[in-house]
Amino acid sequence: MLRRLIDPEYFEAAAPSEVEAQETPSFPQYGTRDPLLGLCPDEVVDRPGPTRHRLLRYLREEVLPTTFCVGCGGGTVLNAFAHAVDEMHIDPREIVCVTGIGCSSWIPSPYFLCDTLHTTHGRAIAFASGVKVMRPDMKVIVIAGDGDLAGIGGNHLIHAARRNLDLTVFLVNNFIYGMTGGQVSPTTPFGTRTTTTPYLNLEHPFKIADVVAAAGGSYVARWTTYHVFQLMESMQNAIHKKGFSFVEIISQCPVSYGKMTGTSDPVTMLQQLRDASIHVDDSKGLSEEELDRAFVVGKLVERQRAEFGDGLQQLIARRRESLRTEGDLRQDTSALETGR
Amino acid sequence: MRPDIELTDLYLARLAREKHFIQGDEAAAFGAIFAGCSFFGGYPITPASEIAEVMARELPNIGGYYVQYEDELASISAVIGAAWAGARAMTATSGPGFSLMQENIGYACMTETPCVIIDVQRSGPSTGQATLPAQGDVMQARWGTHGDHEIIAVAPSSAQECFDLVIHCFNLSEEYRTPVILLMDGEIGHLRERVILPDPSTVHRRDRRKADEGELVFGGETIPPMMEFGDGGFVHVTGSTHKEDGLRDVQTQSVHDRLVRRLVAKIEGAREEISLVDVDVEEGAGVGVLAYGATARPAKGAVLRARGDGHRVNFCRPVTIWPFPIARIQEACRGLDRLLVPEMNLGQLAREVERFVDCEVVPLSKIGGVVHSSREIHAEIVEAVAAC
Repeated sequence: MLRRLIDPEYFEAAAPSEVEAQETPSFPQYGTRDPLLGLCPDEVVDRPGPTRHRLLRYLREEVLPTTFCVGCGGGTVLNAFAHAVDEMHIDPREIVCVTGIGCSSWIPSPYFLCDTLHTTHGRAIAFASGVKVMRPDMKVIVIAGDGDLAGIGGNHLIHAARRNLDLTVFLVNNFIYGMTGGQVSPTTPFGTRTTTTPYLNLEHPFKIADVVAAAGGSYVARWTTYHVFQLMESMQNAIHKKGFSFVEIISQCPVSYGKMTGTSDPVTMLQQLRDASIHVDDSKGLSEEELDRAFVVGKLVERQRAEFGDGLQQLIARRRESLRTEGDLRQDTSALETGR
Repeated sequence: MRPDIELTDLYLARLAREKHFIQGDEAAAFGAIFAGCSFFGGYPITPASEIAEVMARELPNIGGYYVQYEDELASISAVIGAAWAGARAMTATSGPGFSLMQENIGYACMTETPCVIIDVQRSGPSTGQATLPAQGDVMQARWGTHGDHEIIAVAPSSAQECFDLVIHCFNLSEEYRTPVILLMDGEIGHLRERVILPDPSTVHRRDRRKADEGELVFGGETIPPMMEFGDGGFVHVTGSTHKEDGLRDVQTQSVHDRLVRRLVAKIEGAREEISLVDVDVEEGAGVGVLAYGATARPAKGAVLRARGDGHRVNFCRPVTIWPFPIARIQEACRGLDRLLVPEMNLGQLAREVERFVDCEVVPLSKIGGVVHSSREIHAEIVEAVAAC
């Protein structure tokens, strides 16, 4: 049914060999692309009727157009994610996208064409861990928002980072509960007016990527929807990294956040993201006050730690081998054959 | 990991050969092992922790995965995720953890996810008497999650039944594509007695019905087949109201109506097939006793003693609590004047019984973590017989 959109030969022909996959991949440079559309002219497929975007093959076309508000960063994240998957030549049949509740969770469910688990509020990572433990061969990717992953599901986030199961998490941080109309979230900056902090936010926000880094994530990065090409590359690194990988994607919500903070123009909001961003390499020596006001972007952490799923597999192999060699299992098989 | 079935069967056969003098909790865990459980997500809680301990020890031996999570919310979530990734998945908890799981039990109902949840009931509400038994989750099992739904719950009365019924729960969950609750109580969970494990080749394990390409996964028939992750079908699973193809439609009244009515009908329509009831009736009895779980044991003792005194008394033990086995209970209570319902709560199932039987229903409630004694129930029977 939906498989018609996928040309299996494309993936089989283009899939990197196993040896190559283990080496650090050299990702293509994005400089040749159209900076606005991310398209190369020769990648546009000519078909009768309107020109089709080549990445449409990764989307559930029957649910388009998206329900995102005008100027939402969700579409940018979807675009970057589809590009990342495409660049990596991952067969979408090997991807499970797990999401929670909120605008960001709608990015892959329903729009991205893969197995999709749209779960309850906050529990996406927990659901994903069950999927990944059972299917270590599949790419299990969580895409959800700040309210979902840092708020109601914050405990699952830090424990997943600690456990270091091979999950990939993209947290779309728009500083607000957008779907419910603009309530304060755990990442809303101090002193911000929202619908539930009408007299300004008295709480301090999580720097959620730093939290995950401290909790033990194997790959942790932060980018914004302004930095689309860096984001695409970071997404690929995160998907490729064995272990718990996490990318915080700072995104604009013109409708629920912008209207309260006085900048509901998406372009202005993107410019603000750009201006407030400092690359991690340039952030050394900055005062805490300066760091508080900035978004430190780039790769924050990359480390090697034993991966939990591998550990489970090895444990089972050890137990099974020990049963096999214990001997007494086979000594009395007559009991099995005669039904005791 | 490719399961080496022969090795697993040899190992299970060895377990079966060993003598087992074990707790209900341990028996339930062994039941899951024999049922082919391949994923257990858990969180420690008295009096259910022993289930997690046995699963942690035994699951790797049969090639299954044990993961201890940060809380019960994560445990049930991971169980549902694992089920969609092909697992026969289970979790076990007690009242407080069962409360935390309710939202995702509803998710499992809505997404038609086969999984097993063991609730070893303890005295509540809240932390209550953490180490003492109760039967206070009867209505939580039925109505704990929000929205209209039907649920399957069964209550064992012995360690042997813990073993047998867990296997039954797995099979029901696959047959009806729904979460199934094993509603134990702390008394049975910690009751240590002889359990006979069967020859593994005689254990019936119902296979999951899988969808072929193009088949509807969330409708089209009362119990649709399942499409798992990795099958290539791009299945879309959501707890939001969805159409037959799994895609969300949260605005159309008829879509929600059709979905929820089907989810209710698939269990409601199989009520009598699902019903397991242990009935022991006598001709011309005027008094009956209905009990389940741990309470059924002293209740049965009291009935036998009353019969020894020359009284005619009926005994009825619903093993299936939900869906409530209406026809079987009505049959067991026909002609009675009075039905005694001893429970370790303030009359949760007694009210349900009252809805369906003609005779007077007398709840014998006892709370505080102590099981009724046979003597107490016997005295009530004698009084009831005298009054009738």
